[in-house]
Amino acid sequence: MTQILLLSMVLCGLIVISACMGYIHLSFIDVVKIIFAKISGQASLLKGMDEIFPVVVMDVRLPRILTAAVVGGGLAVSGAVFQGILLNPLADPYTLGVSAGAAFGASLAFLFNIVLFDQIGLGACCVPVFAFTGAAGTLFFVIYLSSGSGGLSSNNLILSGIIVAAILSAGISFLKYVADEQVSIIIFWLMGSFASRTWADVFMTSSFLCLGFLIIIFYARDLNLMSLGNRTASSLGVDTGRLTLILLVTASLITAICVSVSGIIGFVGLLVPHMVRFLTGPDNRKLIPVSMLAGAILLLCADTVTRAILPSEIPIGVLTALIGGPFFCYIFRKRQVAEADS
Amino acid sequence: MNMAIQIKNLSFFYKERRVIDDLTIEIKTGKFYGIIGPNGCGKTTFVDLITKHKKPVSGNITYKGKDLSLYSKKELSMEIALVPQNFYINFPFTVEEIVMMGRYPYVPRFSAPSQDDYKVVYDIMEKTGIYKFKDRFITELSSGERQRIVFVRALAQDTPVLILDEATSNLDVNYSLNLLNIAAQRVSKEKRTVIAVLQDINLAAIYCDYLLFIKQGSIVAHGNTDEILNRDTLQSVFNVDAKVYFEPYSDSMQVVFKK
Repeated sequence: MTQILLLSMVLCGLIVISACMGYIHLSFIDVVKIIFAKISGQASLLKGMDEIFPVVVMDVRLPRILTAAVVGGGLAVSGAVFQGILLNPLADPYTLGVSAGAAFGASLAFLFNIVLFDQIGLGACCVPVFAFTGAAGTLFFVIYLSSGSGGLSSNNLILSGIIVAAILSAGISFLKYVADEQVSIIIFWLMGSFASRTWADVFMTSSFLCLGFLIIIFYARDLNLMSLGNRTASSLGVDTGRLTLILLVTASLITAICVSVSGIIGFVGLLVPHMVRFLTGPDNRKLIPVSMLAGAILLLCADTVTRAILPSEIPIGVLTALIGGPFFCYIFRKRQVAEADS
Repeated sequence: MNMAIQIKNLSFFYKERRVIDDLTIEIKTGKFYGIIGPNGCGKTTFVDLITKHKKPVSGNITYKGKDLSLYSKKELSMEIALVPQNFYINFPFTVEEIVMMGRYPYVPRFSAPSQDDYKVVYDIMEKTGIYKFKDRFITELSSGERQRIVFVRALAQDTPVLILDEATSNLDVNYSLNLLNIAAQRVSKEKRTVIAVLQDINLAAIYCDYLLFIKQGSIVAHGNTDEILNRDTLQSVFNVDAKVYFEPYSDSMQVVFKK
């Protein structure tokens, strides 16, 4: 509980600090004042401040910051769920091909956007809608492929996910080839970015995440039992087939909505639950909430680095892997050495 | 004599293959049952059917006079506990956490375990000699040690029926006897029921009151251990020659084989 409280405070602090940073630098106090004024509706707090500051914070920075945090939390939670359900520490939110589905949908959207949607003014939401449809479609196809008389087995799911992702990757390559001049937009989207996110993105992702999180935390204890194997979990009162389906669909839909607003951001979903497990142990009732906060913090930091610290913005997916990967290697190696000594 | 489990004309298929074929048997409370049969004869499927992990294709199972399908998973988890075959556990839960999972059916979803739950868990860990590694990670234990923990977890579930699916197959003789003794005590003193799938016929002969021999999904012989365990039964079930004799030291029928 203290860990959750502490991390929540860190996250809130980081949101404010991150909102200070950028092309126009603001003081911590000003940002707190602006946020408080907006929430409470006391415009008097904003007296004596440059008029542009509230706009910068509320309309430009906060939507982006909050989207980054929500997506980070979402990816980390679904990573933890996938690892728990598939009994495989190598699983991540993209194991069932959700990312490839989203990427395929988005690539299609980029192609057809140009010809179809601009005229009717739907250009802006076209990509997320296509990406989400692609991701959800892939998820259900993979589940359909791997379901048999024996229920959903971990190996079948992973194998089907890999096969479908491979087919979709080929499809994406083909779309890139056909796309001609648009190819750079597709590639850029695939690497992920939080640039120019809006409050609509924040509400959409956070409502999915909240709902999904409630479902997942309700079943967190049953997920613990799954690590004893299907037969034991079943004898302890868990309907294993139903639980697997509910949690996979929930986690994948969280992932799908995250991917559809941010592009494909690797690493967070795979490694955050791992690192958190060193801290909290494998009990999902602690692991899942702490992973969510840690994922939010991590992605928010990474996005702030690329937005405000680096001289020019680099894709967030690249950054998370570049910072997080070596950090994980370090922790992992340290543990191996410690285990060898004991 | 009370009936614990009644099984009538039970069948189960994987695709076309009949795994359980028209099986009928009655399991009485307060007895130690042994299930013996060659590899692939359907023993594990049989266990999955009485724990409701799999649904029968035809026939029915009643537990305490009520059809098994009428029990919720949760109700059943307070009645029947299972020790599965050796299973690797991927995540570093501590031994105490694993044993405590046996109490989950009794602890409401968002509550912490009660004092009573802790007492059950600590008592059973003391009794089985695993208390000293209660803080070790399950992932760091050998497969035999892990199997003991999983066995103790099922004991902590504290159910009227305990099912052992080759639960002692990779334990050394000391721990096999220790755990089976605890199971046997629960049968003799507390009138609980144990159904054990065993590979070791001699171990089965020592502990079981009643033996079921399964071959190709059907029960080919069943009866009190002293009566049913004989040369002809082993010949027909396993197709091997054996000598069966009363052995006074173990106070049971014992089987020896030759090359």
